[in-house]
Amino acid sequence: MLIKIAKPSDLHESDVTPESIYLSRRRFMGGMAGLGAGLALSRRVHASDAYTDVPEGNAPPWLQEKISETEWRSVTPTDPDKDRIAPFDDASGYNNFFEFGTDKRDPARHAGSLQTQPWSVVVDGEVNNGGRIALEDLATPSQFEERIYRLRCVEAWSMVIPWLGIPLADIIRRAEPTSNAKYVRFETLVDPEQMRGQRSSFSIIEWPYVEGLRMDEAMHPLTILALGMYGRELPNQNGAPLRLVVPWKYGFKSIKSIVRISLVEEQPLNSWQQIAADEYGFYANVNPEVDHPRWSQATERRLPNSLFNTNTIDTLMFNGYADEVAELYAGMDLRKHY
Amino acid sequence: MGSHTRRSPHGQTKWWIWRAGVFLAALAPLLYWSWMVANNAAGPEPGRYLLLNIGIGGLWMLLLTLCLTPLTKLTRWKGFALIRRQLGLWALTYATLHLLSYALFILGLDWSRLGSEIIKRPYIIVGMIALIGLAMLGATSNRWAMKRLGKRWKPLHKCSYAILGLVLLHFFWVVRADMQEWAMYAALAALIMATRLPPVARTLPKLRTR
Repeated sequence: MLIKIAKPSDLHESDVTPESIYLSRRRFMGGMAGLGAGLALSRRVHASDAYTDVPEGNAPPWLQEKISETEWRSVTPTDPDKDRIAPFDDASGYNNFFEFGTDKRDPARHAGSLQTQPWSVVVDGEVNNGGRIALEDLATPSQFEERIYRLRCVEAWSMVIPWLGIPLADIIRRAEPTSNAKYVRFETLVDPEQMRGQRSSFSIIEWPYVEGLRMDEAMHPLTILALGMYGRELPNQNGAPLRLVVPWKYGFKSIKSIVRISLVEEQPLNSWQQIAADEYGFYANVNPEVDHPRWSQATERRLPNSLFNTNTIDTLMFNGYADEVAELYAGMDLRKHY
Repeated sequence: MGSHTRRSPHGQTKWWIWRAGVFLAALAPLLYWSWMVANNAAGPEPGRYLLLNIGIGGLWMLLLTLCLTPLTKLTRWKGFALIRRQLGLWALTYATLHLLSYALFILGLDWSRLGSEIIKRPYIIVGMIALIGLAMLGATSNRWAMKRLGKRWKPLHKCSYAILGLVLLHFFWVVRADMQEWAMYAALAALIMATRLPPVARTLPKLRTR
């Protein structure tokens, strides 16, 4: 018999709720809904209780309604010490979104110029049911879930962020992929008028920003398309109105402000791999054993930190989601396929 | 400008004020960044905020130091020459604080990691060489060293050109996605170095008579 003694600091299997459990929890919550009504507490009140420091957003009514029907905290990390949710100001004020500049504060400063309503997404490629779909129609059939995930940036900092969104698998299934669909390719908006970073003639990135997932990664229940965070819609700097969140991969995989989702046969060339293939691969799985050429990935700085407490913690394989996703990469050499 | 070069009873006081003003101006950014950190206005990673700002600040100090010789030639104003050593020492101070912030705020004073990072990462090696170079120039910037080194002092201090190159290389290696900021500094550096080219250097003093 294998006896494992867990340190109090270890992450527990309960950190992430397996799909089967959250599906059954959903039924449970359905049953509880009557009770909730009896107590005259709307779920919207629960959400705003949890995030009191968050400024009111400006979500259109259909999105407001989707948010109010969210299944709150459907996946949560449970180490109360390490996995504390970052303050909204930090999650929305410290961003990499090179379409709006290279400084971490640039996106919050400049992303206000992005028009996110109305918005539509083109779903195309190896699908039987594609086309241009209004965001409202894309999101409406699915129930929103709140997923509190660790976000690990390739730059060796991390935050814990409560996203609101829908499983990407919902969207892919509805598009009816053909048997040729092996990968999913995503594109961010290109509009230099609205995105000042795209006007820089010194940018190394070729617009549009492109990202990709293998089909099984895209269909994985942890992979979501987020339309909100902190109980409200996404701020523009966080990738409004629609972004990808893949919690076991480095943050740059989580492409923002998506306008195109294509199911394709060939592995897409993602933007960072195109810029520096020796530094950023296609998979970009969080892996403490494979360093970035310029810094170690063995540890990360959990933000917010302070001057004399860097809040440095050990980086976990697959960002702590190994129990859920390791099997996707069984037999692969993750030093080669980084 | 002419009045500055003439001896006047108030001359000494005036230079003292000029030097003190430069000192305060060079100190001010450090105070401002500290104030930002103290007021939680430096973002969720204040250590990195200090690290990056101080690094760019050090590059500014180095560029300003290297501006002084061509400016003296151009204007003949004594004030520029008088602050050259001070600004050079500020460049060294900023560079030292940049390394200290890396060790303190990024590595959390994990000395073993500092050792392994220095060996492994070319951009850190280049940065360290630049810092050691600046320290060498700082140590030989006093009168005693100038006397001892004699004719060798000047070629030694021309190492500052190479140091500027190393600093820009260090910076270049850190850039991830957009070269604009780096290109701006590289262009400034190229302009400043161009004033050292013999034909340009010969022309500068002639420009001031016009």
